[in-house]
Amino acid sequence: MSAVLRENPATLTGDVIVKARDIARFFDVSPPWLNRVLEGKRHQILRAVDGVSFDIRRGETLSLVGESGCGKSTVARLLVGLYVPTRGEVEFFGHNLREMNTAAGRSLRQKLQMIFQDPYASLNPRWRVADIVAEPLRAHGLLSDPQAIDKRVDELLLQVKLAPADKAKYPHQFSGGQRQRISIARALATHPEFLVCDEPTSALDVSVQAQVLNLMKDLQRDLGLTYLFISHNLAVVHHISDRVGVMYLGRIVELASRRAIFSAPQHPYTRMLLDAIPDLAMTGRARTPVAGEVPNPLNPPSGCTFNPRCPYANSRCRTEEPLLKLHRHAEGETLVACHAVEEGRIQDPGFRIQQK
Amino acid sequence: MAAAEPLLEVRNLRVEFPTRRGTLVAVDDISFSIAPGEVLGVVGESGAGKSLTGTAIIGLLEPPGRIAAGEIRLNGRRIDNLPPDQMRRVRGREIGAVFQDPLTSLNPLYTVGRQLIETIVTHLGVAAGEARRRAIDLLASTGIPAPERRIDHFPHQFSGGMRQRVVIALALAAEPKLVVADEPTTALDVSIQAQIISLLKRLCREKQTAVMLVTHDMGVIAETADRVAVMYAGRLAEIGPVADVVHRPQHPYTVGLMGSIPSFVKETERLTQIEGSMPRLTAIPSGCAFHPRCVHAFDRCRVERPDLMPAGTSRAACWLHDQVRGSRSEVRGDRAAGVPRTSHVAPSSR
Repeated sequence: MSAVLRENPATLTGDVIVKARDIARFFDVSPPWLNRVLEGKRHQILRAVDGVSFDIRRGETLSLVGESGCGKSTVARLLVGLYVPTRGEVEFFGHNLREMNTAAGRSLRQKLQMIFQDPYASLNPRWRVADIVAEPLRAHGLLSDPQAIDKRVDELLLQVKLAPADKAKYPHQFSGGQRQRISIARALATHPEFLVCDEPTSALDVSVQAQVLNLMKDLQRDLGLTYLFISHNLAVVHHISDRVGVMYLGRIVELASRRAIFSAPQHPYTRMLLDAIPDLAMTGRARTPVAGEVPNPLNPPSGCTFNPRCPYANSRCRTEEPLLKLHRHAEGETLVACHAVEEGRIQDPGFRIQQK
Repeated sequence: MAAAEPLLEVRNLRVEFPTRRGTLVAVDDISFSIAPGEVLGVVGESGAGKSLTGTAIIGLLEPPGRIAAGEIRLNGRRIDNLPPDQMRRVRGREIGAVFQDPLTSLNPLYTVGRQLIETIVTHLGVAAGEARRRAIDLLASTGIPAPERRIDHFPHQFSGGMRQRVVIALALAAEPKLVVADEPTTALDVSIQAQIISLLKRLCREKQTAVMLVTHDMGVIAETADRVAVMYAGRLAEIGPVADVVHRPQHPYTVGLMGSIPSFVKETERLTQIEGSMPRLTAIPSGCAFHPRCVHAFDRCRVERPDLMPAGTSRAACWLHDQVRGSRSEVRGDRAAGVPRTSHVAPSSR
């Protein structure tokens, strides 16, 4: 490999297959009506995702990272239609996701599948593997002949490196990593083009995580899959992504190629996240002390939501909400939502991961 | 490290769970020691027995689990066979504990101040007013803002990271010699994780407290520990200084484990993967428990269980490092050339 991080050519030239435009999802978490009437409590709205936009090109992996409660899983669910967006549109192969429940949408939906975090909860314990993997085939009416279904299930199990004999077993007979392979086989059943992976390896041990990540990369290469990868683990994201979006309190604060994110992080929050990772290389680098925790999303700070934790915050940051803007730098270009970056107030190069 | 008298010494510890279908050996014949002020990291994947080792040391094994063999010594005194009321005095006074979930280690019905003061009064025998003053100091030293006000708050009024700070304050309240920290940062977000690790490290260095840090996160170990013990299927696979185990692992399992962690520095298309998964306790393979997954396994591994033997600057339980008999034995042959001396082993074929 050359001295620079390799860019996936798909990131630059692939056609855009998923478009999210200003999507938002609010949840009503108000106290019950009686409490509101008797105790004068107010309506409360949780803005889990508030105005997120991105494109995903064919054949690339876009990752969303952030800490718990930043809305990354909600974005995943919005993209596959498990939640209806409160605002904004998701376009998939040029069709609006709201059309998905029509007859025409059905065939589109086959191209879109999801892998969930917990392989213990996402497989029905009373179904045999054969039925689990064949369910999408039956649901979409792709195959009806039992022999054809059988053959396809064998094929899928081999694809995820399980044995065809495994299809007579129940999920409890498998380890966590094997279960996640079953989920992947199920997701692949309808020949999808786009997979939404919501923390697919977070519940797994590192050696098993390596097996699943390798498998996902192989499948992407062999089948030309496109991934939206949700994770809180920056090392995993660095390994698998072509582009990375960093989320904080329901918004994307920085979006750039993997190389730009890891070698020239711009947003103070991204710098902080990279700085906080325990260092296996033991370079003994000094950490910038990071103060504070994620604020209550029910009552987010005004202006830039990161301002109470940000060393560069000034009065503008506390009142005016920053928008994602293109920022050019030595390592390329980055979309970043930060007044300090825009005004060039951050002189400190900060922490960078030296890419070899 | 060897020069100092060990604070904690574990010798041939064996933890069993009798079940209807036979006895499960969850921790099998492990020995290690921790010197005063030292941080020993214990890593392994789920089911390796790392948490049970910690639980056995603090004497909190849940029946039917029991210590079946071996001994645990703290400052030279055996603590594994103490009656429960004496053990309770050791725990808290001499051994502090930090668990994964800070919410379950605090009593939700009492203010954190009451819990801290109770611990200080019980173990150090000081007056309540003095104990309260010390409790406020402790909270301040763990970085909790406005401790004189926060001391009267209940656990639910703290956030996850703040709660873990309270738990650390509680573990250190009686100034113990040893802290057993079982996955102290696993339930926390990365930005909080770093804060908690550096806090634990700083406080223990100041007070010369020894720490047994149990975690599955190699990054946390690399940042915090002085020495590392790697566990596999209830046994110690390798133990040695942290830099050596991370950069020059000797046991094939450690080599695989290190290679499977995605790195920021190396650009790799594929991660090293160890085929298969950890055996279940009901079906631990004969000989070396790792042999069915090991790319270097040979006949001897299948029948004879290796003990820890010198391997580089560490000690590893692997026949590849058997210099005494191995060098003369036929069986070693070419495979010895494949002994992983560096942290890179060719990725196993798919």
